[in-house]
Amino acid sequence: MTQALNQTLLARATAKLGPKASLAVLGLVLIALLAMPLLHLLPADNALHVSAYGLTLVGKILCYAIVALALDLVWGYAGMLSLGHGLFFALGGYAMGMYLMRQSAGDGLPAFMSFLAWSELPWYWYGTSNFLWAMCLVVLAPGLLALVFGFFAFRSRIKGVYFSIMTQALTFAGMLLFFRNETGFGGNNGFTNFRTILGFDITAPGTRAFLFFCTVLLLVGSLALGFALARSKFGRVLTALRDAENRLMFCGYDPRGYKLFIWVLSAVLCGLAGALYVPQVGIINPSEMSPTNSIEAAIWVALGGRGTLIGPLLGAGLVNGMKSWFTVAFPEYWLFALGALFIVITLFLPKGVIGLLRKEKDQ
Amino acid sequence: MRATPVPEFMLEPAFDPAGSGRDALGLGSAAAKGLDVRHGTILTLEGINVSFDGFRAITDLNLYIGVGELRCIIGPNGAGKTTMMDVITGKTRPDNGVAYFGDTLDLTQMSEVEIAQAGIGRKFQKPTVFEALSVFENLELALKTDKSVWASLRARLSGAQKDRIEEVLTTIRLESSRHRPAGLLSHGQKQFLEIGMLLVQDPQLLLLDEPVAGMTDAETEFTAELFKSLARKHSLMVVEHDMGFVGSIADHVTVLHQGSVLAEGSLEEVQANERVIEVYLGR
Ligand SMILES: Nc1ncnc2c1ncn2[C@@H]1O[C@H](COP(=O)(O)OP(=O)(O)OP(=O)(O)O)[C@@H](O)[C@H]1O
Ligand SMILES: [Mg+2]
Repeated sequence: MTQALNQTLLARATAKLGPKASLAVLGLVLIALLAMPLLHLLPADNALHVSAYGLTLVGKILCYAIVALALDLVWGYAGMLSLGHGLFFALGGYAMGMYLMRQSAGDGLPAFMSFLAWSELPWYWYGTSNFLWAMCLVVLAPGLLALVFGFFAFRSRIKGVYFSIMTQALTFAGMLLFFRNETGFGGNNGFTNFRTILGFDITAPGTRAFLFFCTVLLLVGSLALGFALARSKFGRVLTALRDAENRLMFCGYDPRGYKLFIWVLSAVLCGLAGALYVPQVGIINPSEMSPTNSIEAAIWVALGGRGTLIGPLLGAGLVNGMKSWFTVAFPEYWLFALGALFIVITLFLPKGVIGLLRKEKDQ
Repeated sequence: MRATPVPEFMLEPAFDPAGSGRDALGLGSAAAKGLDVRHGTILTLEGINVSFDGFRAITDLNLYIGVGELRCIIGPNGAGKTTMMDVITGKTRPDNGVAYFGDTLDLTQMSEVEIAQAGIGRKFQKPTVFEALSVFENLELALKTDKSVWASLRARLSGAQKDRIEEVLTTIRLESSRHRPAGLLSHGQKQFLEIGMLLVQDPQLLLLDEPVAGMTDAETEFTAELFKSLARKHSLMVVEHDMGFVGSIADHVTVLHQGSVLAEGSLEEVQANERVIEVYLGR
């Protein structure tokens, strides 16, 4: 609790110090992000050309940043540590993947189903060739799952570490389910070999640039939504919930509705991020639901600084930037580095990188 | 009885600048429209039993609080005072017994939130405020208003609501700390903030668990005046160990011992009661 307190104190102190400076930095980053897809459209021999690899890598990290932001809303503000957000991300990804598989299969069945000698689509695949319905699924699949899970968890007042463990178990169960061929989602290979999206070639520079642009838009939108919520009375109720749930109840607030709202919203944001991730990266498989993925997301948030909105974005960028460098330079050491990083944050950076930056500024 | 040396810090003017008496506080009426209090009792507890793993914290407790009454509850540590408040506010369910708010609301069938919304407010024994939020924001959240999710998403303080918060900030003497995070307040200030939160919540029945613990004498004096000004328009149940404080506010005192009522009456009466003396002084 004192930690949260220091955090708000710092936030208040720095709010006066340099809102203009931080806004300027944010603006520059945004301009750079918006310029990237345009630069990708330049001819490959141009010095300013951004390669498909570079664009995809940054696009992927931006999707992760949205997950970090969504996790920060439930963890940093409402105090519920979810270790299962990877599941919502993957569900959004799979919903988009279903559409992409139907696109590449044309009138036939998706390739993996033919392999299994299935003669017709399972019922839940109906309508997935329609882009709009697929987009509804992107929202509905994670949203409904979060709604049902949250409804029972919050009704039974499951909190703290029990809540974290249950979310972790949920994503693990999801992974096991999707690994099975009979589930109808391509088993451990998942979906890949996408060709077109809305009739456009999925690897064409224009398509890549557009998907990247959508990702930036979603990130900015989520950030704006996050700020609006944090500044609203709703956001203050969440903070109150995190620090003294009992007191809040005796003030006449029903915590269940508040938790459910932010929980479902967070899951839907993850689903949308997953839906943008899949066409850019070109593959989705059950490993996205592995418990370590969700734990990594928590590390992004902790590293960046929870309860700050901007911090988690930084955290996701830093960790994934490091990861892509490490996995090329010394692939076998990445997990050790991640573990060490986590220990360093917990010991020395309780307020994350944002906290550190603010402290520097204060001095 | 305690000495009363600090007239400058106490009494009406602090929270009644208009000088127009209690009504100027704008605290509403003792019984809201919805609440049926034809029999004159706002709270009825009959035959309440609570046990924790076989340990009986409350045994066959009977207690009635009249509308507009200011009742003090005293009793040694572990007498079950806090547990009784837990039962009234729905935090603990009694094993059996009846608990009614007004004539019709069965507290044993209501959730904590429903009970709070029906008009029972509570101050915890350990002062509990929202530490990361500012003093002003704490009051804003407690303010009597629609507390649903949708309302909170769109909530804007009206002029009247802001005035009400300012008024209470003055009453609890925290005007100058309005933007401080509540976690930085002193123990006594937190007590006042929590009392202030009750004031803006405007419940009909206020349960106050050791409200003056950690307050200076002057602050205690001031709180006594505040509570007296709240009575009649509200009903209050105050648990306190500070006998000076109890003597200065209560006309009616209930002594709790081992989970049931040992004696009831004016403070002088119960202090003269043989059994009470036995319990307090030991044999
Ligand atoms: N949740 C619980 N589980 C087990 N025992 C409890 C629980 N809550 C209270 N008790 C026991 O019930 C008895 C009454 O406790 P309670 O807190 O109501 O006393 P109190 O009158 O408020 O005392 P104090 O003056 O110290 O605040 C105590 O013996 C306490 O240990
Ligand atoms: Mg107690």
